Amino acid sequence: MLNNLTQPHEYPGKLFVVEGIDGSGKTTQLALLAKWLSAEGYRVFVTEWNSSALVKAATRTGKKKNALTPMTFSLLHATDFADRLLYKVIPPLKAGMIVLADRYAYTAFARDVTRGVDRQWVRELYSFAVRPDLALYFRVPIDVSVDRLMARRVKLKFYEAGMDLGWSTNPLESFRLFQGKVLDEYDQLVPEFGMEVIDAKSSITDQQRLVRQVIAQHVQTRRMEITDDEPVV
Amino acid sequence: MTSPSSDAPDAPAQGTGPNGDSPAGGYYGRGIPYLPIHGYPGKLIAIEGTDGVGRSTQIQLLREWLEVKGYGVVETGWTRSRLMQPTIEIAKGSNTLNKLTFVLLYATDFADRLEKEIIPALKAGFVVLSDRYIFTALARAGVRGVDRQWLRNLYGFAIAPHMVFYLNIDVKTLITRVLESRGMDFWESGMDLKHGDDIYDSFRAYQNKLLREYSSMADEFQFRVVDARRPVNRIQDELRKQLAAFLEPTEKPADTLLTR
Repeated sequence: MLNNLTQPHEYPGKLFVVEGIDGSGKTTQLALLAKWLSAEGYRVFVTEWNSSALVKAATRTGKKKNALTPMTFSLLHATDFADRLLYKVIPPLKAGMIVLADRYAYTAFARDVTRGVDRQWVRELYSFAVRPDLALYFRVPIDVSVDRLMARRVKLKFYEAGMDLGWSTNPLESFRLFQGKVLDEYDQLVPEFGMEVIDAKSSITDQQRLVRQVIAQHVQTRRMEITDDEPVV
Repeated sequence: MTSPSSDAPDAPAQGTGPNGDSPAGGYYGRGIPYLPIHGYPGKLIAIEGTDGVGRSTQIQLLREWLEVKGYGVVETGWTRSRLMQPTIEIAKGSNTLNKLTFVLLYATDFADRLEKEIIPALKAGFVVLSDRYIFTALARAGVRGVDRQWLRNLYGFAIAPHMVFYLNIDVKTLITRVLESRGMDFWESGMDLKHGDDIYDSFRAYQNKLLREYSSMADEFQFRVVDARRPVNRIQDELRKQLAAFLEPTEKPADTLLTR
């Protein structure tokens, strides 16, 4: 059995991930964090959930035709994750860079289990993942998340609203039901994987101050120095 | 599918796991919790064996024979799902497929066919003839060094076939057979493993390893090993004899009703 997700990695770089439901503000916080780390002189690479070219085609066909089952949904996202892990995440970690991941395996644990996939199976599926140095969970009540999405006039997406589960034909109602369950799953993940909880109700600036405090404990000694190596002429 | 109000605990693991007795007809491992499958009338028969061993010929003949006997037959293959076929073709063409994504793409494809073709057909009472099954995926991934226990957990959502026929062949016979028909191709020769530029040497080395992987699974997954070096009709006779012995005592095919 692989247990990479529970064992610290040995790469010189650092892997930080943000987690939370849609409307938790995690992407905003990640962008501010990236800005800060870059300004401090670190080399930063950001990777997003479900963004590899390889599976985009299948995800699109599947989503358009509403053809994905909970199992194929889960496996497609694991394929995307494996692709990004090996081509996008591990190389910068080996190069001593900081990798920031917008969502990680925990998103799959929360969503797939809510869709009815076996809890243990999906954990074993992702056991090839690299354990993050820090996972920040932006906890937000469902009402706050819905208000934020509505204020931005975001059109709720079919799978993000859990419409595939047929719990409600009303997208907003479906979103509440589905993401409410996803929140319950996240609450279980926090102690299981030692995630750092950030209160995502507070102001953007307050949250970012806290985020930087926590991250600073992991990077202060790894600040990139001017290299002693002479450039090859 | 689960409902939002049901606070269901984790579904108990069905079957006996990858190392126990294979639970014919049930899930190998933890299964698909939202898709209970006990008590369906159909039968799942897998025909396994390496590339060019003669699986499709045998399946065509079996299908003929079964339909004449009055059984409804559904065929399923490996990488034929509508969802994944375009993606897998793109991936194979672009050489960006690493071993993990390779395995996961095939597993996704299989999950799609399992839920949309195989399980519905079994519930409707068909005999499902599967041209290759998860063992091909396990063998190919095993050769490429993917963790065996991880692979078995991954395919824990698969249904254990009622019968697995493994068409067994030696590399020498296989080589002449493949060269006589359609020649060696990049993937069947394991060229991605970079054994060298020579396709013949690569094919021999790769297929040798594959055959060893298949053999190593024979006990674990209760293969019925069939000597595939013999003529087509001799192999078919053996398949029919074993299949008849399994199907006939439990079901009355339509033609026996006509003779009454």
